[in-house]
Amino acid sequence: MIQADLNIILPEIVIAVFAMLALLGAVYTIKDKAAGMLIWLTAALFIALAFWIGTTGSGTHTAFSGMFIDDGFSRFAKVMILLSAAAVLVMGQDYMARRGLMRFEYPILIALGVVGMMMMVSAGDLMSLYMGLELQSLSLYVVASMRRDSVRSTEAGLKYFVLGALSSGLLLYGASLVYGYVGTTNFAGIIEASDGRAPLGLLLGLVFVMSGLAFKVSAVPFHMWTPDVYEGAPTPIAAFFATAPKVAAMALFARTLFDAFGGIVTDWQQILAVMSVLSIFWGSVAAIGQTDIKRLMAYSSIAHMGFALMGLAAGTEFGVQAMLIYLAIYVTMNVGTFAFILSMQRDGLPITDIRSLNLYSRANPGRALAMLVLLFSLAGVPPLVGFFGKFYVLRAAYDGGLVWLAVLGVVGSVIGAFYYLRIVYYMYFGEEGEALDPPGSPVLWSVIMVSAAIIGLAWLPGINLFGIEGAAQAAAATLVN
Amino acid sequence: MTGMVFAFYLFALSTLTGGLFTVISRHPVHSVLWLILSFISAAGLFVLLGAEFVAMLLVIVYVGAVAVLFLFVVMMLDVDFAELKAEMAKYMPLALLIGLILLMQFGIAFGAWETSAGAEAARVAPAPVDVHNTAALGLLLYDKYFLLFQLAGLILLVAMIGAIVLTLRHRTDIKRQNVLHQMWRDPAKAMKLKDVKPGQGL
Repeated sequence: MIQADLNIILPEIVIAVFAMLALLGAVYTIKDKAAGMLIWLTAALFIALAFWIGTTGSGTHTAFSGMFIDDGFSRFAKVMILLSAAAVLVMGQDYMARRGLMRFEYPILIALGVVGMMMMVSAGDLMSLYMGLELQSLSLYVVASMRRDSVRSTEAGLKYFVLGALSSGLLLYGASLVYGYVGTTNFAGIIEASDGRAPLGLLLGLVFVMSGLAFKVSAVPFHMWTPDVYEGAPTPIAAFFATAPKVAAMALFARTLFDAFGGIVTDWQQILAVMSVLSIFWGSVAAIGQTDIKRLMAYSSIAHMGFALMGLAAGTEFGVQAMLIYLAIYVTMNVGTFAFILSMQRDGLPITDIRSLNLYSRANPGRALAMLVLLFSLAGVPPLVGFFGKFYVLRAAYDGGLVWLAVLGVVGSVIGAFYYLRIVYYMYFGEEGEALDPPGSPVLWSVIMVSAAIIGLAWLPGINLFGIEGAAQAAAATLVN
Repeated sequence: MTGMVFAFYLFALSTLTGGLFTVISRHPVHSVLWLILSFISAAGLFVLLGAEFVAMLLVIVYVGAVAVLFLFVVMMLDVDFAELKAEMAKYMPLALLIGLILLMQFGIAFGAWETSAGAEAARVAPAPVDVHNTAALGLLLYDKYFLLFQLAGLILLVAMIGAIVLTLRHRTDIKRQNVLHQMWRDPAKAMKLKDVKPGQGL
């Protein structure tokens, strides 16, 4: 019994054991000098596990009396989480070393956070959902204030912690209401008890649980922490915040809504649709006044999460598929863009003002072109891959009967294009100004180029988004049935 | 039976009173003391429910460790609570309004509350009859909730790493105790006896 259960959660066990061994090993030997090696080791482990999960996993298994679900949907999300976490770990190394942040706890905390995320996407019970969420959040709070001598970094960590605790409280209160109505915390039990109508207990619980989860994906009106945390946290950590945790939280959102509340789709559909529209508009409008590229990316992530929620709001299998494709594209674009932000520095100090990119294309035409592709894709300009992501979620919303949502989504996307294009304007047609340092690290260069190449070319007929559509469809089919 | 009812109302009332005064008392040390009262009364409620182990845990861990730690923190940190309170007072009317609205909504929800048909049956039997309280808890933790138990362990590990990462500083400019060095010192070399004559000094 327990042996079979443990086999199912083997990938999570491997990472947890690795993290503990690495912790002991580093503490008793060379301490912070091991950081560089540990970062590479952790990234290698993530990639190996991603391949293992992606290639060998099949079928649907549940472990620990339904608390842990291993199915196509969770495997798809896990592969995304592992790969993006590995990419972010590797590309942040140079930055961390320069700022004296190479501490061996950094990769270990990230690894434990990833265990939490994998638990989140596999959660089959409100309790395991909460445990995974807390494991992930607690690691993130710590890494956000990693740069403990900087007021802004500690402020970011503290703000994240206090608001995160509040959202956990909302989520737990909702979970307790659901338990009060249903008598069980198991998703299978909850969906059985709801049978198509939404009594008060379930509805109140649903609203609170959704508020807690919306905080984690930073959807408006639970977004206020995002810009401050992105700005204050060290850039590689902001890059991490924008990728893997967002995927995990969105997947958890989908899992909870379909597995536990799948019987009352119309009740959560409207909440999601409103949050989606607000996120898209607020993310697009508030970013216009920003000149700090990290704050800008924070607002951009709010708007993008709005689009991902739009797919979910459709409440259909196609909607989930669209959301997964959107997330995969979003993560690829963000990894590339943050790699570019990491390479922005002047006199060895990081620069985040977008006006410092004046005429960047003259000095570095290759990088400027790659960034142009990424920004156009973030804005959703056809034929780049970002356009297809938006197209998918819009079609899902349209097919799901939410025509007004799709129309507003298009309008929001047009408004949002302004601030991406403004960066492109600075890079190509800006005024003469102080130039940035010539970029150094080959790792960053290859991350930017690879992600730009994927974004720029994956739509070609022969490549067809690397077959991600089929994988996402299979994943969505296991969730919605 | 009336004794049980009386005990319940006594503990419930003192839990609520403790909680209320924790929030509204002016002196932070008094707040912590009220908090301790609240914890102890909650422990009493647990005993009434037949959960002695949880009750003892509450007394030992929360009253014995956490509350005392709070007390230390409150006394040692130089936090100007009056200023914090003044800051709070600015937002108090809005907070009260929101609180009132929420309370009314919950009141309405409570009035219309219902539970699903299978809810009573779905709840796990609350009191195990033939095993001891602690043993029953152990059986649940290490068997049914094994995964959650291990995850809780990982969360605590992260909390520990986090506390160390954010606070520990390796300072090189201070002298540390070297036990071996101290043990290997030869008293004959390290110490010299001097005969000091009265009234002269060294």
